[in-house]
Amino acid sequence: MTSHRWFSPSRLAIHATLLLACALYLIPLIVMLLTSFKSPEDIRTGNLLSWPHVITGSGWLTAWDAVGGYFWNSVKITLPAVLISTLLGALNGYVLSMWRFRGSQLFFGLLLFGCFLPFQTVLLPASFTLGKLGLASTTTGLVLIHVVYGLAFTTLFFRNYYCSVPHALVQAARLDGAGFFTIFGRILLPMSVPIIMVCLIWQFTQIWNDFLFGVVFASGDAQPITVALNNLVNTSTGVKQYNVDMAAAMIAGLPTLLVYVVAGKYFLRGLTAGAVKG
Amino acid sequence: MARLELRNVNKRYGSGLPDTLKAIDLAIDSGEFLILVGPSGCGKSTLMNCIAGLEQISGGEILVEGADISAMSPKDRDIAMVFQSYALYPTMSVRDNIAFGLKIRKMPQSAIDEEVARVAKLLQIEHLLARKPSQLSGGQQQRVAMGRALARRPKIYLFDEPLSNLDAKLRVEMRTEIKLMHQRLKTTTVYVTHDQIEAMTLGDKVAVMKDGLIQQFGTPQQIYNDPANLFVASFIGSPPMNFIPARLQRQGGRLMALLDSSQGRCELPLSRDIQGLEAREVVLGIRPEQIVMGGAEGNGLPSIRAQVQVTEPTGPDLLVFVTLNQTKVCCRLAPDVSCCIGDSLALQFDPARVLLFDSASGERLDLAAPACVTQDNVARFTGR
Ligand SMILES: Nc1ncnc2c1ncn2[C@@H]1O[C@H](COP(=O)(O)OP(=O)(O)O)[C@@H](O)[C@H]1O
Ligand SMILES: [Mg+2]
Repeated sequence: MTSHRWFSPSRLAIHATLLLACALYLIPLIVMLLTSFKSPEDIRTGNLLSWPHVITGSGWLTAWDAVGGYFWNSVKITLPAVLISTLLGALNGYVLSMWRFRGSQLFFGLLLFGCFLPFQTVLLPASFTLGKLGLASTTTGLVLIHVVYGLAFTTLFFRNYYCSVPHALVQAARLDGAGFFTIFGRILLPMSVPIIMVCLIWQFTQIWNDFLFGVVFASGDAQPITVALNNLVNTSTGVKQYNVDMAAAMIAGLPTLLVYVVAGKYFLRGLTAGAVKG
Repeated sequence: MARLELRNVNKRYGSGLPDTLKAIDLAIDSGEFLILVGPSGCGKSTLMNCIAGLEQISGGEILVEGADISAMSPKDRDIAMVFQSYALYPTMSVRDNIAFGLKIRKMPQSAIDEEVARVAKLLQIEHLLARKPSQLSGGQQQRVAMGRALARRPKIYLFDEPLSNLDAKLRVEMRTEIKLMHQRLKTTTVYVTHDQIEAMTLGDKVAVMKDGLIQQFGTPQQIYNDPANLFVASFIGSPPMNFIPARLQRQGGRLMALLDSSQGRCELPLSRDIQGLEAREVVLGIRPEQIVMGGAEGNGLPSIRAQVQVTEPTGPDLLVFVTLNQTKVCCRLAPDVSCCIGDSLALQFDPARVLLFDSASGERLDLAAPACVTQDNVARFTGR
């Protein structure tokens, strides 16, 4: 430790670098925000970073008219998919760490494979399966795909977290008379808050931001907001309404932003849990 | 309260793996305190888990009050266990930790409150009931872990190295408390430790284990005074028993062991005469406190002069090291003995207390009847 003074040269260099990085990350956001509140003339005449002459919400209103319905589609897809995949992942992790069975390590290894599987490779088999199940082009079908695809990740998260929990806890609970689900619900789950948060954030971001599954497995009015945004931005008729595009993009991105702001601190805590034992 | 009996218990963790427990035979009466000792990895925890039902046994029977429980699930066995790591439920308060097993067993709330209060009073943890385990010291966590086991009033308590995570002072305190508690409650207890003082002071019976085998099973006095083999003899006792290789000779009809120091020789008449041991290499086992200073002439004990090499005053004792038969030998003398390095001491042995071991197999040669009754030892003794 050389100095605690904030104005020492090394400190100054660090802060300058951080500020620069910050600006680089924030400028696109600022441009989007500014543009979304400008009128089309304003956009044509001013430059990207100029302050709007008149602040107008018309871009946001038009955008909401265009993608608002799809926003709720995304909610209807994301919420159940996130909750179900997290709960199933927790159960999987519990079994794979505390109730190992013959071949459970192999099972876990194969499941991990799912984390590295590119989306594209599962498109055809998945659409075939959904067709057979009678779930083609339904929200339920899309939820199912997201749950199945997310399970690999959520299982990995919970399994590794539970591996750092002493096995003696489960043994003690068994002697106390608790069964499989009681131990899970009363002992393991209450101590899983950090990893549940990690899972929720991870799954929410993945599923809300998904485009590929949405464009392939949902059609028409059931499409998620990512697909709707793409359709809006890529329409080739008429004058480009940049303020509407920007506002729609902001609407599409807001929920993930919100999740990080609200639960972000758990994310780091959960990812580093186990590394530092209390 | 219940009689516990293990018959020929075998445990193998998987096909292809060696047996972790081999033909374990043990029996303790209702209210008795059994100590399991042995080096780390010898299968003590495995045996506890088998009794508790956390692991299935691969063969044999576990009987409680004469009924085989080996097929029962842990919750039906009515056995409570205290873990080395305490295994307190981290998200529950101390009160809920103690009450958990009672709630699961659907005990009425008023009875639960009563029971928690009783246990908390017994263990003096009443002021801690609202805290979480992470807010407790190690010693307090240990008490709560015991409280959780006491609350259900089970037939049998299992303790797996309960004190090994405590500091030395607390360990001695808790040892005494556990002994008092057992005298009050008189519940059948199996207690694992690798601390031989705990083994000697707490147990009604002691089972010494090695590599999944019971080496000897008996009272602490039997284990200490009459160890069945070199392993048991070396494992129990601090400072450990001296093992002196010696040659046996028959003189005037008596079997003698020859001892040699740089300053003299001595022929130690053996108390028990065993045929066929003449000219054999054996190992003499002599506890440090059984070597006494010579001086009182004519007490009839054989004596030998030896040069003092190292002295270690421990406080209550003076440990003096000499060389006999090219082996370092520890003598535990009174602290007021004045002797310096290089002095020549006259040492005496009581031949009746000298033990005889086979140097190849390590088994006792002069055992009246094998104190240990495992198949393995019976076979070894009858085969010779
Ligand atoms: N779940 C298990 N699977 C396979 N082997 C095990 C398992 N638990 C313990 N063992 C093995 O059994 C032996 C005895 O272990 P343990 O009972 O824990 O010994 P101790 O408690 O006496 O130190 C060790 O060699 C250990 O590796
Ligand atoms: Mg152990």
